Amino acid sequence: MVLSPAASGPPAGDGTGEHTPLLSVDRLVVRYGAAVALDDVSLEVGRGEMVALIGANGAGKTTLLNTLSGIITASSGAISCRGRLAHVPEGRELFPDLCVDDNLRLGAWKAASRDPADVYELFPKLRDLARRRAGYLSGGEQQMVAIGRALMAKPDLLAIDELSQGLAPNVVQEIGRYLVRLNADAGLSVLLVEQNARLALELCSRAYVLETGRIAAEGPSSHLKEQPAVQRAYLGGHVAT
Amino acid sequence: MSALVQYLITGISQGFLLALLATGFVVIYRVTKVVNFAQGAFVVFGGFITYSLLGAGVPQGVSEVLAVLASAAIGLVFGAVTILGKMTPTASLITTIGLAILSEAVAMLVWGTVPLTFSGLSGHDLHIAGIFVQPQYLLLIGASIVVLLVLWLVLERTYVGKGMTACASNPYAARLSGINVKAMGLLSFAIGGALGGVGGVLITPLFPITYDSDVNLAILGFAAAIVGWLTNPGLALAGGLAFGVSEELVAGYWSDANQTAVALALMIVLLLWQSHRRQQVEKLV
Repeated sequence: MVLSPAASGPPAGDGTGEHTPLLSVDRLVVRYGAAVALDDVSLEVGRGEMVALIGANGAGKTTLLNTLSGIITASSGAISCRGRLAHVPEGRELFPDLCVDDNLRLGAWKAASRDPADVYELFPKLRDLARRRAGYLSGGEQQMVAIGRALMAKPDLLAIDELSQGLAPNVVQEIGRYLVRLNADAGLSVLLVEQNARLALELCSRAYVLETGRIAAEGPSSHLKEQPAVQRAYLGGHVAT
Repeated sequence: MSALVQYLITGISQGFLLALLATGFVVIYRVTKVVNFAQGAFVVFGGFITYSLLGAGVPQGVSEVLAVLASAAIGLVFGAVTILGKMTPTASLITTIGLAILSEAVAMLVWGTVPLTFSGLSGHDLHIAGIFVQPQYLLLIGASIVVLLVLWLVLERTYVGKGMTACASNPYAARLSGINVKAMGLLSFAIGGALGGVGGVLITPLFPITYDSDVNLAILGFAAAIVGWLTNPGLALAGGLAFGVSEELVAGYWSDANQTAVALALMIVLLLWQSHRRQQVEKLV
């Protein structure tokens, strides 16, 4: 799969992490009863940065995003977000009986403007589907609606959970290009949570590896791709160049 | 023939009362997943509060509006008790039964056990298809249609209404979109209270109500709501009309004592049929 950011303009992040952190998570612990879902997790996302969080099923990625969104309460630790965060949930989670336009407008519940013109400009295909019920869309179209709905909140940071889940590779590639363009043109920060490590490391300049609730590795994507442990666990033993 | 017309008009007006109740069940259930068995209490409070305000010399229209607002406020309080904690839907359902019993106790303490009524729409009876009809019956039908139409417009055409639909459809996504799902739940209880209050204001001039009238009303309203699986207001309206008319026909041609039993038997048949249909659909899927 080719998802070179260079094809659509490079991500704004420089891979060093030396930004004013837009999001900073400090020693976060989340428990479900006796089970520890997140254990001492710390991470940062700078302004205009695209950061990946990769990990296997059950590593705690979705728990982390739900904690950032306030759906789950942390047991301890601190979260500081110096801007608006919008969350694109795993599985899209649209309002299936409402049309595309309504789905988008509901994303602006707390925003000043409910006009989805910017989203239609980004995803022209959605303009033609505006009156169609979201439940009748293809997976790729639903993912565009989910991202568009989150963008309606005018976020500074877009947290996307499993962008590629259930989508054909060419659709993932298309949506990935949109994200890279948003990042480059609008300076939108992105926290991309993915099982598909290859995709995440191609799209994002920096990444964290989450394993059983703990950060196991972090650094520029180019460095992580070279680490044998990351290659073995997430990249099928080799890196495509 | 004239008897049939009489039964139909009475049945349709009863049906719209049940439709108001059923719609209350549906609006609350869709947003909160709570079956509110205190729905009948809103009718009783609506009627009793209007009665007291009229007794205090408040003009009729003002009394009726205040009674509906008071019922909405009672709905809000019931909602707060039911959904602001961390109860399961089953615990919430039991809580609403408790609230219904508490409401009866309060109504009995305040208004006593004697059936109460007040004058409704004044004017001569209307001559329709060979029978005389009290204007209040037509008011009940007309006002219910207007109220249900306004509610439909609010839910389908306004941003807040779509927010409520979003909460009903996917509460998790609604929260992520910044919608306060609990607040929407409270709003749904207030709407349920107002719908019951409207029913109480409209029905009390036709049928005197007592502190315990809520039980029968809640059961029949629930039966009508079940026709729409507690989620479809259109089918709940149809269910209300079906139960209202069938009750009156049974009472007219057979016996008053059997009208509720027949309506509930009809509900059971509908439930079995719907369950059978659902199983067939699941097999196909």
